[in-house]
Amino acid sequence: MSLLAIENLSVEVEGKKVLNGFNLTIEKGEVHVLMGPNGSGKSSLIMTILGYPGYKVCAGAITFDGRELNSMSINERVKLGISIAFQTPPEIRGVKLRDIIRISGGKSLWNPQIEPEEEFATPLLKKVGLEPTQFRDRDIGVGFSGGERKRSELAQIFASNPKIMILDEPDSGVDIDSLKTIGIDLGEYIKGHDCACLIVTHYRHILPYLNPTLAHVMCGGKIVKSGSPMEIFTKIEEKGYCEYLELCPPGIKEEIEKGLVINNTEF
Amino acid sequence: MNWKEELNKKAVGVQDKSALLGPDVDMKQFKGQALTKQAFQLPSDVADRAKTVGINPDEESRSGTFFQLDHSVILACRKKEIEGVEVMGTPQVVEQYDWLKDYYWKAVAVDTDKYTAEAETHQHPGGYFIRTKPGVRLTLPVQACLFIGTQGLLQAVHNIIIAEENSELHIITGCTTHPQVKNGMHIGISEFYIKKGATVTFTMIHGWAEDVEVRPRTGVIIEEGGTFISNYICFKPVKSLQMYPTSYLVGENSRVRYHTLIYGMGNSLLDVGSRAVLSARGARAEMTSRIIGKNSARIIARGHLVGEFPETKAHLDCRGLLLSSTAQIHSVPELEAKTQGCDLSHEAAVGKIEEAQLCYLMSRGLNEDEATALIVRGFLDPEVPGLPQHLKQEVRKTIELTSEKVM
Ligand SMILES: Nc1ncnc2c1ncn2[C@@H]1O[C@H](COP(=O)(O)OP(=O)(O)O)[C@@H](O)[C@H]1O
Ligand SMILES: [Mg+2]
Repeated sequence: MSLLAIENLSVEVEGKKVLNGFNLTIEKGEVHVLMGPNGSGKSSLIMTILGYPGYKVCAGAITFDGRELNSMSINERVKLGISIAFQTPPEIRGVKLRDIIRISGGKSLWNPQIEPEEEFATPLLKKVGLEPTQFRDRDIGVGFSGGERKRSELAQIFASNPKIMILDEPDSGVDIDSLKTIGIDLGEYIKGHDCACLIVTHYRHILPYLNPTLAHVMCGGKIVKSGSPMEIFTKIEEKGYCEYLELCPPGIKEEIEKGLVINNTEF
Repeated sequence: MNWKEELNKKAVGVQDKSALLGPDVDMKQFKGQALTKQAFQLPSDVADRAKTVGINPDEESRSGTFFQLDHSVILACRKKEIEGVEVMGTPQVVEQYDWLKDYYWKAVAVDTDKYTAEAETHQHPGGYFIRTKPGVRLTLPVQACLFIGTQGLLQAVHNIIIAEENSELHIITGCTTHPQVKNGMHIGISEFYIKKGATVTFTMIHGWAEDVEVRPRTGVIIEEGGTFISNYICFKPVKSLQMYPTSYLVGENSRVRYHTLIYGMGNSLLDVGSRAVLSARGARAEMTSRIIGKNSARIIARGHLVGEFPETKAHLDCRGLLLSSTAQIHSVPELEAKTQGCDLSHEAAVGKIEEAQLCYLMSRGLNEDEATALIVRGFLDPEVPGLPQHLKQEVRKTIELTSEKVM
């Protein structure tokens, strides 16, 4: 039995098709890389796995650890052992970073009467390179830099002890030194916990730390190519996504080409 | 005619004058007479209830205590070891100090409306008088509890707070009803006099019942370099509550801060504002309100900044959160600059909980109710700027206690 099995998934957001016959299986402990131009549906796939409202499943099924997810609420799904690092997590005023880390680990909010020094979130913050005395009592996301946001997501992932971690561009907007520490942290965790991983990224820098099994290229809401991560990366770095566009569902190619112009300037 | 008789006459003249804001309350439906006899000890059920509005019946970590049950003053004293503060019942002070005429109805006009009139002419006047002597800096708060223990009672109190020059005073006031009391009315006049260089923090916690009408009338006069910090918390239902406390910043570099936390629920109607009149150089005002509307509650959150003098600055920040489709929040910020050189600003935002926030917390394992509760708790952050650390903890504890059942 596969850990995560996505079969023929089609999803609509506000009447727009964002996934279009998407297929993917991930076995226990495997690391998969997902690439694709902006707007190809990578984040939408993640939101759909979580069961976010607004992502309407028109066809297909997602099973995790043998359980069909389609009718479960978000919290029921993550409790099965799925943990997400979001591309753009929200800001929540008044909710403290230490508390969301504790919640991710199934712990109650910090109560200084019971626990004079916070003991759960503190070491995790340290681990991801956020100085605990500075970040413990900060409101989630409020005033965080891009890199701090990514690290705070990782602390929550590590807290939750998942069977699979799904990372949506954990390396975007992060400086080269931080990239290395994030890579090392993730690699160690995945290895140490036999944790599976689906990572969305545009860059190869982080990959050596993660030792990925397979890479996939997504276009127009489906995977158009799978193969060895280094091979695929080398090709994309040389030629961009152009040749994969031919493999897109009909009608989508032109739309993506428009997006690609913007996409290329971003690299 | 002495000064008291004159005021009384003025009050009688406006007995039918409706208030500018809030539904008109027919006061005839309420009783003037209390059932409770003079007590010398707090009944345990009364003490327990008082705890939910921040009162320590055992008087621990307090400088003094005032406790009024219906019309009877049960306690009015300072701690033996605390010097330089007076805690008394106002009617007694009226008898005792002739100079009180300089403070009595000087920050709130006796002929404001029928409620101020009722307070002046009520058969059983009550309320507290708290005064710190010049230079006395109290760290522990004085607590005051105004308690309605009789069904259908009309309680009217007149509080006078004087912080003499360079003194510091912290007050926690808890207002509540006996659990068996469903209806009644509370009229509370509060007049604050913050003298030169003095600081007063005033934390008021309202815990009324579904059919109680509440009409506070508050005026604050702040002299040179004086600071007034008001911290208002209301997390229980009420029939209707209307108040618009007004601070007059008459001294140079005087300051006022209002922090308002309201959790409106049931069919409550809350019309709550804060007003600051800046009439001296360097005067500053800051207002923050965090309003939650649940069930069919209707909340009007007002704010009024009046700049009457150059080099003054004031800001108003109001945020509202709707938790149901039948609750309503109406934010009414008003800025009024009467001269050049007033820097007045406001920001206001009212809406429901953002789905992105809710889903995010759910993706960390909370169910929808838990996620909502956490956001609401964060929204009602009791962080009051300017409140001393130990008081912050106190307020936080009270909020936890008060919010246990609602969140
Ligand atoms: N909530 C939404 N509302 C409207 N359109 C959306 C929403 N989420 C995604 N989309 C659209 O779906 C497409 C895929 O977006 P996304 O999954 O974010 O792509 P990627 O993560 O690959 O860049 C885009 O065209 C995007 O604009
Ligand atoms: Mg994305």
